[in-house]
Amino acid sequence: MNAPQASAVPAAPAALQQPAQRASVGGLRYPTNRKTIYDRNLNRSRTSELSKASFAYLFGEMVSYAQRRVTGIQDLERRLNVQGHPLGLRLLDLLLYREPTRSVQRPTRILPLLQFITTTLWKHLFSRSADALERSKDNEDEYMISDNDPLVNQYISVPKEMNQLNCAAYVAGIIEGICDGTGFAARVTAHSVPTELWPAKTVFLIKFEPEVMEREAFLEKAR
Amino acid sequence: MAGRNLPLEAPLRPRYVGAADVAEWKVMVVFALIVINKAGGLIYHREFHEGLNKLSVNDYLVLAGTFHGVHAITKNLCPLPRTPGQPPTGIEVLESESFRLQCFQTLTGTKFLLFTEPHQPNIDGIIRKVYELYSDYVMKNPFYQIEMPIRCDAFDRHLASYIKPRQ
Repeated sequence: MNAPQASAVPAAPAALQQPAQRASVGGLRYPTNRKTIYDRNLNRSRTSELSKASFAYLFGEMVSYAQRRVTGIQDLERRLNVQGHPLGLRLLDLLLYREPTRSVQRPTRILPLLQFITTTLWKHLFSRSADALERSKDNEDEYMISDNDPLVNQYISVPKEMNQLNCAAYVAGIIEGICDGTGFAARVTAHSVPTELWPAKTVFLIKFEPEVMEREAFLEKAR
Repeated sequence: MAGRNLPLEAPLRPRYVGAADVAEWKVMVVFALIVINKAGGLIYHREFHEGLNKLSVNDYLVLAGTFHGVHAITKNLCPLPRTPGQPPTGIEVLESESFRLQCFQTLTGTKFLLFTEPHQPNIDGIIRKVYELYSDYVMKNPFYQIEMPIRCDAFDRHLASYIKPRQ
């Protein structure tokens, strides 16, 4: 028995001590009603929303940080992508853990995976679903998720000389992390497709690796 | 200069916006906006509506610099704050027959100058909204270098959609 446990329940009878001991093995307090930080957000206010302004400043600093010592726009986008990747890997496990136990299933096919991304992930990150999910007509292995007004780009105006850049490459990195985590190796890139109505519209292009498509075709046949 | 045409109690700055104000906005006009940085340099100027003669960029720069200087001097005319807790202010309004120039200085020293028609209501509200747009779309933009000229599409866009429908 280690020190914190002893101080937490100093004089309780042995029968009462039993559950408390089991619950705190490994140093984590683990209430019996499953209300750990794995089950719900740290922020437990009514809407459990975070300040958009603080996020905007933090993300702005991330972009400025990524901008140092880069060789070009592609390099900058790659850095943003790399910053998002670990977040995707972790979010995959967290979100699957939080799904109701009856329906939870790790995506094994492309479509459920993409639906998981456009609904579960998007709702967790931005409190709404993505605006569209399409399959490329020309290339079988390419899928597109569009977001009319990405949260990360809300306050960002990219200068004209860098108009190829889209800072939502960070979100692309998160998507790539999720794809990698589920075993669907893919390259995800963010592209600006401004329209009259949605000047900040962004399309995330997901290009799966050939072996993923091969497996997908095999699974399709096996059905 | 101020108050030549209007009695002092005239509704220069209605606190609450009523239906009458909204109706008035349609006829009233915001001519132009200028933003001056801490050092007196012009960092943004934009004309929204015809009505004032066009100034060259050079003239705008001179106007910004001059106003900055005059503002700094007038601030020293009465260095003790009239209202406790508030820093002393310099010129806030310049008025002429055909336009009114309202100045709003932020706590960090950035100045917003708004050229409007002389009887435009709710200038305070407009200028505060402009300040809000500035702090959102300029200050949160990682590509904006502080104290440098403002070139932000999102700022231009939101400014236009805020001011244009009111004309």
